[in-house]
Amino acid sequence: MSAAVNAPRTMFEKVWTAHEVVPETADTPAVIFVDLHLTHEVTSPQAFSTLRERGIKVRRPDLTLATMDHATPTRTEQVFGGAPITIDSAAKQIRQLEQNCAEFGIELLGLQNELRGIVHIIGPELGVTQPGKTIVCGDSHTSTHGAFGALAFGIGSTEVGHVFASQCLLQNKPKTLAIEVKNRLAPGVTAKDLILAIIGKIGVSGGTGHVIEYRGEAIRALSMEERMTVCNMTIEAGARAGMIAPDDTTFAYLAKTPRAQKGKSWDEAVARWRALATDEGATFDRTVEIDASTLEPMITYGTNPGMVVPISGRIPDRAGDPVFDAAMKYMGLTAGAPIQDAPVNVVFVGSCTNGRISDLRAAASVLKGHKVAKGVHLLVVPGSQAVKREAEAERLDRIFIDAGADWRESGCSMCLGMNGDTVPKGEYSVSTSNRNFEGRQGVGARTLLASPETAAASAIRGRVTDPRSLLR
Amino acid sequence: MEPIKKFRTKTVVMPSTNIDTDQIIPGRFLTTTTKLGLGRELFADWRYRPDGTPNPDFILNKPEAQGCRVLVAGRNVGCGSSREHAPWALLDFGFLAVISTEIADIFRNNSLKNGLLPIVVDETTHVWLLANPGAEIEIDLENATLTLPTGVSVKFPIAPFPKYCLVNGVDELGFLLSKDAEISAYERRAAG
Repeated sequence: MSAAVNAPRTMFEKVWTAHEVVPETADTPAVIFVDLHLTHEVTSPQAFSTLRERGIKVRRPDLTLATMDHATPTRTEQVFGGAPITIDSAAKQIRQLEQNCAEFGIELLGLQNELRGIVHIIGPELGVTQPGKTIVCGDSHTSTHGAFGALAFGIGSTEVGHVFASQCLLQNKPKTLAIEVKNRLAPGVTAKDLILAIIGKIGVSGGTGHVIEYRGEAIRALSMEERMTVCNMTIEAGARAGMIAPDDTTFAYLAKTPRAQKGKSWDEAVARWRALATDEGATFDRTVEIDASTLEPMITYGTNPGMVVPISGRIPDRAGDPVFDAAMKYMGLTAGAPIQDAPVNVVFVGSCTNGRISDLRAAASVLKGHKVAKGVHLLVVPGSQAVKREAEAERLDRIFIDAGADWRESGCSMCLGMNGDTVPKGEYSVSTSNRNFEGRQGVGARTLLASPETAAASAIRGRVTDPRSLLR
Repeated sequence: MEPIKKFRTKTVVMPSTNIDTDQIIPGRFLTTTTKLGLGRELFADWRYRPDGTPNPDFILNKPEAQGCRVLVAGRNVGCGSSREHAPWALLDFGFLAVISTEIADIFRNNSLKNGLLPIVVDETTHVWLLANPGAEIEIDLENATLTLPTGVSVKFPIAPFPKYCLVNGVDELGFLLSKDAEISAYERRAAG
């Protein structure tokens, strides 16, 4: 046995190597096996068409799971009441996915299925997202699943077709970037604030070509839901994937999920998963350090997630920088002004970033006993039907509705506004989602990304508000 | 896919950095179930006024941009959403290549799979291209070179496999399917 075999390896390298069907050569990329292919209505139709044109079957329907989330309605009457779906083309896309899944033998958690939800919320919920797996989906926020120590990344529709046809992808090996998060987050500072601070530090292309491993005391202290929030926004730093080593927190979460292994095979799986963590002495291509204890709640002021400031801070003044000037013009905000007390018209709590039960609990804890400010529209959209049921069992829906919020069925909703849940032109939205790009939440919408706590506090005051000022 | 060997065309310049795929094609147009016709919606929120008429100030609506088939963009083009509708829209509009100093990973992959060349150039070449909109350049894929009208020629990075596929007009799926025996062997090992 050569020394190289025993050389310390990163978690990424272990997962990558275990999935090499054919290793990379000088002339060809590696053929990488995919353990779980998640798919949805928006990025799959063209891939199914390719299969049909070429007379190819889905190779492993047993490793494929479909749901619908991006273009689906969130109004109960349209989901369950038979009312027509507002957008015709969205209704057609939903029907197309139903037909495609029936024809190709793929399990579909369809519109009225009680297990339906945002694809990145339901994978973990069901327990099909697991450590050491390779997981892909035609959606950039597939990075979410890396919170379990999976290698998970977004792909385009052509690659969706590749995975349908071969259960494999052609991939060149990415580089590795360790983000060491020292110390602990202060009370009132969340995982969303941490990832926004990381993106602010390394920039929106700071992770390009890399797989990030989040490490350190602050990461170990996070719950699975919080780890998912961190890994979810990895793509906003340009990285292919984000990973966190599985530990007892991971295993405790998975043990409660319906589709995880049971009995002896569970014990064997946990033993395998424990060996996934990066070995002592393994090296990363790059390392970045951040001190969690110095962070405050964070909020974006511009038109990409890297344009972010602490909530007690001021919008920087970089007049003359064309990107900054364009962002200020679009946002209608003033360089150098405090971000606190900036106007708020719409508040969105939901998305694959912050649509889990813990996020709804956090928003509800701030909102309890309060009303949203006059003129503010608060939209709360659970990440899955299971999250919705749990929230209703805990009576969180009452807190939201009593505060004046709109309480809906699950879906991507106002994160990208595909289903008609949009922010009106020129209005300011404090959103728990992941992208503040121009027009992301609707034509002319102005998005400020923040945590559920900050979103809820801002809904109450109708102004950007530090949630710590309201927390009891 | 048509083989791509070499072409000459003028450039159109959009100097903004971080042009994300939501700008290239906004989310509301993603309810389509085909790849066709997306050129109409390319850069829709920049290209059209609220009443749907063309915005005369936007570069793609200007006379000098007509027939230019290479887009020179600011740093980090194609970031954000994995929507392959972005390269489909650029191709449908008529673009053959996108040039920048940094191109986001998923957009670069998606572009290569569809015959839209993602070309990363050095800072000096980029600065020259940004300063000279409408320049007629030559892109030679077989030799991976970009030649400026000044006669300066620069190499651009492209992995051998996608280059082979693009130059020969073959897609990557055939190669994957040719690995059936290896995939079956892997599946047997995994089922162990």
